[in-house]
Amino acid sequence: MITEQLVDLSRLQFALTAMYHYLFVPLTLGLSFLLVIMESCYVISGREIYRQMTRFWGKLFGINFAMGVATGITMEFQFGTNWAYYSHYVGDIFGAPLAIEGLMAFFLESTFIGLFFFGWNRLSRLKHLAATFLMALGSNISALWILIANSWMQYPAGSAFNDVTMRMEMTNFWEVVTSPWAQSTFMHTISAGYMTGAIFVISISAYYLLKGNHTELASRSLRIGSIFGLIVTFFTFHMGDESAYLTAQHQPSKLAAMEAMWETHPAPAPLSLFAIPDEEAQCNHAEIRMPALLGLMGTRSLSETLPGISDIIATNEVRIRNGILAVTLLDQLRQDPGNSSLRARFDAVKSDLGYGLLLNRYTSDISTATPEQIKQAARSTIPRVAPMYWSFRLMIGAGCLCLLAFILGCWYSLRGSIPCRKPVLLFIVLCLPMPWIACEIGWFVTEYGRQPWSIYEVLPVHLSVSSLSVGDLWGSLSGFVGLYTLLLIVEIWLMLRTIGHGPAPEPQTAPAPTPAQA
Amino acid sequence: MLDYETLRIIWWLLIGILLIGFSIMDGQDMGVGTLLPFLGKTDTERRCMINAVAPHWDGNQVWLLTGGGAIFAAWPLMYAAAFSGFYWAMLLVLLTLILRPVGFDFRGKIAATRWRTTWDTCLFLGSAVPPLIFGVAFGNLLQGVPFHFDDTLRPIYTGSFTALLNPFALLCGIVSLSMFIFHGANYLVLRTDGELRQRARSVSRVCGLITAVLFIAVSLWGWFGIDGYRIASDIATDTPSNPLAKHVIIEPGAWLRNLTACPLLWIIPVLGLASTLTGAILGGRGRGGAAILCSSLTMLCLVLLPLVAMFPFVMPSSSQPDASLTLWDCTSSQLTLFIMLIVTIVLLPPVLIYTTWAYKVMSGKITPAYIKAHDKQLY
Repeated sequence: MITEQLVDLSRLQFALTAMYHYLFVPLTLGLSFLLVIMESCYVISGREIYRQMTRFWGKLFGINFAMGVATGITMEFQFGTNWAYYSHYVGDIFGAPLAIEGLMAFFLESTFIGLFFFGWNRLSRLKHLAATFLMALGSNISALWILIANSWMQYPAGSAFNDVTMRMEMTNFWEVVTSPWAQSTFMHTISAGYMTGAIFVISISAYYLLKGNHTELASRSLRIGSIFGLIVTFFTFHMGDESAYLTAQHQPSKLAAMEAMWETHPAPAPLSLFAIPDEEAQCNHAEIRMPALLGLMGTRSLSETLPGISDIIATNEVRIRNGILAVTLLDQLRQDPGNSSLRARFDAVKSDLGYGLLLNRYTSDISTATPEQIKQAARSTIPRVAPMYWSFRLMIGAGCLCLLAFILGCWYSLRGSIPCRKPVLLFIVLCLPMPWIACEIGWFVTEYGRQPWSIYEVLPVHLSVSSLSVGDLWGSLSGFVGLYTLLLIVEIWLMLRTIGHGPAPEPQTAPAPTPAQA
Repeated sequence: MLDYETLRIIWWLLIGILLIGFSIMDGQDMGVGTLLPFLGKTDTERRCMINAVAPHWDGNQVWLLTGGGAIFAAWPLMYAAAFSGFYWAMLLVLLTLILRPVGFDFRGKIAATRWRTTWDTCLFLGSAVPPLIFGVAFGNLLQGVPFHFDDTLRPIYTGSFTALLNPFALLCGIVSLSMFIFHGANYLVLRTDGELRQRARSVSRVCGLITAVLFIAVSLWGWFGIDGYRIASDIATDTPSNPLAKHVIIEPGAWLRNLTACPLLWIIPVLGLASTLTGAILGGRGRGGAAILCSSLTMLCLVLLPLVAMFPFVMPSSSQPDASLTLWDCTSSQLTLFIMLIVTIVLLPPVLIYTTWAYKVMSGKITPAYIKAHDKQLY
């Protein structure tokens, strides 16, 4: 028996385990490439300091990576344990990138991380650098495939419903892999990961500089991190804009909620800078708007309109009515698969099948849904506005603070002496949590904004869960949260301890380090 | 494109290969992890054990993750029905597996005894519980699992967690665990030295014998005490997957039908037994490399045997036998199977090559002297 509570708990468990996992992933993505850069400096210049840097940041990388692997194991199996109907319904498409991720990325990353840590004395410099690079490459390829899978949930390209097997099936693998959604999400996500790695490096370096410890390592790390961070921030912002444009084109309900756009504005729509969205009255209070900006960004034109929430609900109500027909015809077709006129009628409304399934949440017999239930289902196609509106703005704000930190970091490390040295360094230190906030909230906007769908316009979340009991969910949820929290506390403590101890002292035989440029 | 029937058989083979690959590769570090608190008397000895697998355990574990992903991609109905049905068993596997990565990495960061013994316990749990549960899962698959589908093909499991822990399944679990320990002990014979290695030799000898005896016991029990499943109607092997279109009956001795029909298959249990005994002798004599090959062969045969016996079943249903999943009716579409086959053909060989290379680079005995010399860089 699928109850609202079961669905909510399943969602909560997935959200929490994914968000815990994502505390570690962006740092792995970013720091691995920073390690490649640092080690390349070592291989090219031959100076011990860069090797020391690679090892020190590598140690922190290892602590973080262990947590990433630990929390990642759950993700591979959780679709089956908690989203069994989802796994059946879309496994034909969704399973493929997951399996490819294992073969192409996990093996690479996990094999070469062993050589990265333990191969220092067994590999030549160049070979060790190659191992580091392949490890970083593996992490990034892993992001590629999992984001192809995720993007397919947002933008289900290259697939079609099969009434015999009662599931979605792949029709074009290439379309799944190269969907524009996957490309922009991948670029946006990995560059945000690079920002995370860069902020991590420059914040800790700024802390050392403030304290006057390990200044040689810190100032070099600050320079590498700031320059790298500044470059990738522009990618993040650019691809974020691209993602928002695709959202406007393909997921109007998400965009409308993100922008608290209750009514359709005449083109080009204004951008809301501040508002207090009121879910009951379906309007905003105390709104400040920037004319025409949203229309320009969302449609890249002056004449196209962006639909507001009330119009979207009206459109979706029509689609739900079509969907009821699709569900009814599907039932008949499954009894009589050879009936070609039935099939023709089903094919005509097949694209609204998902909308019909939305009613499953309100009635066990979709064909006799009441107008009230249809209205309820139509209303449910819009995610809650206030959390979407504010979290989207919070993400952008946190990203902008990172940008400022990179600019200041570049300025400091290139100029050497700057006014207000202490406040600048302190600001960089305090920016440490910003990329994590931005990454977590960014995912919240993406996934919460996809509600009530697990596959956009194809499969409602309500249907996707496993047939478990609420007790099962409470048990597993508390198990995961308890263990993850415990491990997270240990991990942060270990990180802080390692940062406090600083890099291992130079080997005696090493050439004397040259003083920092600063 | 290959025809659907061939693709389905290939994918049955490939999933078998991934499960065997997991057992052989991850079996080394899981075996070592299980032995960790018992075989390592001092911290240095434990560090020798850990560092013998440290560069490889993570890559080895990917066999499991890829296996999970491959079942999702190739047998989505099996992935859905088995993992949600075995909910608490899976949860136990996940919660203990999670302890391994952190255990390996965090243990060496602080020298305090309590810190290290805590992580040793975590490594033990993360290494011993999963093989045990996987064995239990196989034991239950052989007996059939109480599940069915509703008319929208939603899998519904009607059993309980405690029912999974029945005597036959538990015995399968113990066989699996002892096989993993045997494998791990052989790995230690190969990669360590001194007293630790002497102890590993005894473990190899004893666990090899235990594995062999229990394997005979579980086979006889499966032969005489467990009813098998048989498809009693026609089944289409090349039509879209529909697990509700066949008739299945429960029948004593049905799991022997394949071996009777193709006597050549008897080579699997015979070879499994022979390699276990040979491995125990070689491991006991300190021939680590040869013993590892033998225990790998044990892994191969003992994982393959239940798969072959059940063929074409992959997950029989005890409550509604007609809803049993077979490799003919739980698979992905022909296109997906074909694409994933190409992907595997392209991607698996490089994995094997660089894994071998990594083992070569990191080869050699891990001795207390080695630990001392590289104190700061090792776990």
